[in-house]
Amino acid sequence: MNRLLSVSVLLALALFSGFCSAEDVAAAAAAAPPVINKGDTAWVIMATVLVILMVIPGLALFYGGMVRSKNMLSILMQTFVIFALTSILWALYGYSIAFTEGNAFFGGLSKAFLMGITPDSQAATFSKGVYIPEYIYVAFQLTFSAITPALIIGAFAERVKFSAILLFVVIWFTFSYLPIAHMVWYWAGPDAYTDAAAGEKAAATAGLIFQKGALDFAGGTVVHINAGIAGLVGALMIGKRIGYKKEFIAPHSVTFSMVGASLLWVGWFGFNVGSNLEANGLAALVFVNTLLATAAATLSWMAAEWLIRGKPSMLGGASGAIAGLVAITPACGWAGPMGSIFLGLLVGGVCFWSVTSLKNMLGYDDSLDAFGVHGIGGIIGALGTAIVANPDLGGTGVYDYVANAVAPYDTGTQLISQLWGVGISIVWSATVAFVGYKIVDMTIGLRVSEVDERQGLDLAEHGETAYHS
Amino acid sequence: MKLITAVVKPFKLDDVREALSDIGVSGVTVTEVKGFGRQKGHTELYRGAEYVVDFLPKAKVEVAVADSLLDEAVEAIVKVANTGKIGDGKIFVTNLEQVVRIRTGETGEEAL
Repeated sequence: MNRLLSVSVLLALALFSGFCSAEDVAAAAAAAPPVINKGDTAWVIMATVLVILMVIPGLALFYGGMVRSKNMLSILMQTFVIFALTSILWALYGYSIAFTEGNAFFGGLSKAFLMGITPDSQAATFSKGVYIPEYIYVAFQLTFSAITPALIIGAFAERVKFSAILLFVVIWFTFSYLPIAHMVWYWAGPDAYTDAAAGEKAAATAGLIFQKGALDFAGGTVVHINAGIAGLVGALMIGKRIGYKKEFIAPHSVTFSMVGASLLWVGWFGFNVGSNLEANGLAALVFVNTLLATAAATLSWMAAEWLIRGKPSMLGGASGAIAGLVAITPACGWAGPMGSIFLGLLVGGVCFWSVTSLKNMLGYDDSLDAFGVHGIGGIIGALGTAIVANPDLGGTGVYDYVANAVAPYDTGTQLISQLWGVGISIVWSATVAFVGYKIVDMTIGLRVSEVDERQGLDLAEHGETAYHS
Repeated sequence: MKLITAVVKPFKLDDVREALSDIGVSGVTVTEVKGFGRQKGHTELYRGAEYVVDFLPKAKVEVAVADSLLDEAVEAIVKVANTGKIGDGKIFVTNLEQVVRIRTGETGEEAL
């Protein structure tokens, strides 16, 4: 009897607790409280580390190998310090201007100094009800803001003062990177799109280029077109290196460039797949797309060089890989694997043409082809996104958060949206860069003296040499 | 005494050292050098930028020998450094006035 009683009490308890949890679930479904998934969080932490690897040492070595040995340390130092400098600026005001609500061009200052962010703060992903800790979102986006100005220095390597570069980076980061990031990426998040009216209201708070419907999954416009154009303006305004086309200005170590390009390729999985913000099936698609487009572009650059110049070079192979990574960046979340291969094959050939023929035709000295690879590759990628995103061509189409389904897709309409993104970022970045270079030139001067340039920036600017023989 | 200065293809350096040891030469000095002769340079291409490389890498071997060993030494170098292709290098022979072994102060052929 006693035993029977205790069993029935236990049963009752079990039933009661079961009832309770069912009630909890019902309440939870009604309020849809944000869920932080440890898998997503862990992935974005890892992705952030991978993007840091892209900048230091990936980009630094890729660029460093391409300059003469007397300028090796100047490139390493510029990349390293730009990373440190922009990291601080990002925390002070960058994150707030890029990723809080403001107008269509700039965000506000409500999160300046990372004010109000705590370990419990949440950042939206691309799925309703799914969030990641805001701190890791801050850090992930920080790495993007750090690599972008570092890409620009390739255009005017081997001839600009270190102090001039730092001042230019502060100006350009503030007035070009932050607003373009806000224009392309700022939105209220998927949970704001509860119905058509709410969706319209939310869309009005988004950045200008986002409102135009332009797609940029991981920064083709924000990072690559933005940096490439600033580089082109720099190469034109600063002028050619002494001895350009007359003296032997060849890469001092294609080995370092290959190592750097490989680190960039590996790190880019953080860049592109991390931009998905969740560790899910779409992340896996982005991974495959990034892998295939890069492989295809490596092959197409190599083939073009082999056919036209007679020999397939290692530097060409590495350059092709970077071009492929650049082009797939905006498209990687909407393309299918075959679309990614198509985009890679296309960009490898076009970027080969841009650095071997276009540069000579226009006569500027873009030392390490920041414009030729990132600018041109970024534009090909941004426009190509409209084609490869088409579900009829194996793309995923664009998700409609009001209908909670993939929306009908029209390549022409999307291409016009993409053109808005490309056009606005070209004009915006070029204008800010032009004014930025002018200000720097009038205050501290852009170029080093002829004597210093001949001696090399390592000794002249940094008082040390990379190699001792 | 004579000083033989041989400029040879870098990959022939080990053969030259071995051949000289075999005939009793007890020391050589080797320098990595660059230069040009009848062999033309080559072209390097970096992202479409073409550079003509005029100076090619060679190994310079300096060896001091007694007069009696001169012909044999020169012959040994010519034999092993010859590939029959342009760019095999040259041998220069000059008179050597004095040699001093620093450790002992010996001079002349005894110091070789």
